[in-house]
Amino acid sequence: MRPASAGRATHDRLWRAWVIAAPFAWLIVLFLIPFVLVFKISLADPILGQPPFTPLFGAVEGAQGSWHVTFDNYRFLFADNLYLYSYLKSLKVAFISTVLCLAVGYPMAYGIARAARPWRHILLLLVILPFWTSFLLRVYAWMGMLGKQGLVNTLLLQAGLVDEPVSMLYTDFAVYIGIVYTYLPFMILPLYANLERRHRDLHEVAADLGARPLAVFLDVTLPLSIPGIIAGCMLVFIPAIGEFVIPALLGGPETLMIGRTLYDEFFFNRDWPLSSAVATVLVFILVLPIMVFQHYQVKETRMVS
Amino acid sequence: MPDPESRPPARPQPSRRPWEDREAAPFVRLEGLSKSFNGTVAVDHVDLHIYRGELFAILGGSGCGKTTLLRMLAGLEIPTSGRIFIDGTDMTNVPPYERPVNIMFQSYAVFPHMTVEQNVGYGLKKEGVAGAELKQRVTEMLELVRLGGLEKRKPDQLSGGQQQRVALARALIKRPKVLLLDEPLAALDRKLREHTQFELMNIQDRLGITFVVVTHDQEEAMTLATRIAVMDAGRFVQIGTPTHVYEFPCNRFVADFFGTINLFASRVTQVESGTCRVQSDEAGADIASGDAGGQAAGAEVWIAVRPEKISISREAPVVGGFNVLKGVVWDFGYQGNRSIYRVKIASGKIVQVSTQNRVRSDARAVEWDDEVFLSWDPNSSVVLAE
Repeated sequence: MRPASAGRATHDRLWRAWVIAAPFAWLIVLFLIPFVLVFKISLADPILGQPPFTPLFGAVEGAQGSWHVTFDNYRFLFADNLYLYSYLKSLKVAFISTVLCLAVGYPMAYGIARAARPWRHILLLLVILPFWTSFLLRVYAWMGMLGKQGLVNTLLLQAGLVDEPVSMLYTDFAVYIGIVYTYLPFMILPLYANLERRHRDLHEVAADLGARPLAVFLDVTLPLSIPGIIAGCMLVFIPAIGEFVIPALLGGPETLMIGRTLYDEFFFNRDWPLSSAVATVLVFILVLPIMVFQHYQVKETRMVS
Repeated sequence: MPDPESRPPARPQPSRRPWEDREAAPFVRLEGLSKSFNGTVAVDHVDLHIYRGELFAILGGSGCGKTTLLRMLAGLEIPTSGRIFIDGTDMTNVPPYERPVNIMFQSYAVFPHMTVEQNVGYGLKKEGVAGAELKQRVTEMLELVRLGGLEKRKPDQLSGGQQQRVALARALIKRPKVLLLDEPLAALDRKLREHTQFELMNIQDRLGITFVVVTHDQEEAMTLATRIAVMDAGRFVQIGTPTHVYEFPCNRFVADFFGTINLFASRVTQVESGTCRVQSDEAGADIASGDAGGQAAGAEVWIAVRPEKISISREAPVVGGFNVLKGVVWDFGYQGNRSIYRVKIASGKIVQVSTQNRVRSDARAVEWDDEVFLSWDPNSSVVLAE
């Protein structure tokens, strides 16, 4: 091999290694190391002190240095119903919110994708527009609207539909509204990206072969949009499970989602090891849907090419 | 259960040239069909008769309106005006899913999320055919297009040629009255194209379905079609058999569309029954031609001669003083089966001549810079008014 090309080959290899290493380094520094730290804390006992947990390896009460590992925190997670309840509640809220987002988002994405070109950009802009104001501010706005003297109740009373204000704020209902409202763009955008590729020939062939418009939708449009549906659902479902702000501000006492349990455990009980265990289990609950998402993401990119 | 392979025995053998039969009723009839998009006219008042069992080609360059015409036949575009009749029924406003017509797209448009089997069976399934009958008819159709054994494959596991045959089988399975093919061979490589051409003709012959093919490739049209309609700017310029449009083009556009042709600007000097004489300064000779094409003496016309109709020789031919041009071989291309000569005549015009290479390494063959005589039979040229 000529030296020049050998040099280039080495250069290519280094470049490739660097390109692969960069995201890995990112993940290691910002995900893996923090996660290992949290996992380590979850294996400790809570103590009064600074930091408020026992060291993994060290001298305890005069004895020689020794390992100190306990699974009590994990055992406790299953012993107390509170945690199981929180996990299940989170899954339930995230699931229902995802279904609602899909039900609202699919027609919207479909409509935008079928709109005339100049309209499409305006409609997409409107979908993204709420991101330009603070998320917290928008949740507070919902509090104002859903309260006893809020906009919704005022309208309902004036219209004579109800005799007294309906309590909506601090209920699951308000949490669903908040989550669906906040995460809807995450559902619409991947669906739009999918539906915007029109596959006109495929639709026309289906019609030509005897499919009426509804059948064309069910046989062609819908199956081909499955990757978009899955991407959208994951983008809503995954963050919704760990959602803290919306249930904290809009939810009531029964809206005990895992984010809030974690917060209470950490800040009120100062039980770092237990809250670390809660967080670790949450990560494992989330890994599965993320892997499903990855799988379809790969499939989607393959279908595009 | 109907067996698609066996034909009814007493089916009357259709005439080979139904368009010459005054009694024959057209199977597809277009009457004053027009389509415009936002004021741009794509198809402009077209009338057309296509007969049962024909393999009809619509030929034209891109943007001539041929695909729009095909899409109107399929029901994918609604005509701006005019009517479409298929087998005597007015189909103008019938939606695509109710038309007895199927289309094969240039892109093939094979459903990527369905197997070969599901793709081919789709049309029947929409008709309500299911179970064993569906399976049997799909198998038969796959045999016909020689895709047996690939039932469970997904389209991304198929070659371009195989995908094309899936699309063809899918369009044929409902036994449409008319099969529409949009540039059916354009995406195939040359060898496969030649092969598929004959296979398409074979299938058409076996099923007896009327085919309408849209193409921009004149060779494809000539090989496949019973008749060709040459289209330009939304209108038909000429409709006829392949031989007719090639040998007797109606104007310079058609003449030029079907391969190379030599054109000489001329003036008619004398017209007799069946023959005429013209004087051409461009050719620098007195020219005799067959039919004058309705032109009277004094008319400005073009004399058109195909390259293969012209003989080339070093010795002066022994004919009577007309249709003989003298020139020098300017350019010479050997193509194996034939040779192309570009001969510069006295007026400076380049005349193209092609010869069949019947003899291997002919020592007497005409070469570069040879002084040559060109001649042709009066009946080999056409008089064109425009």
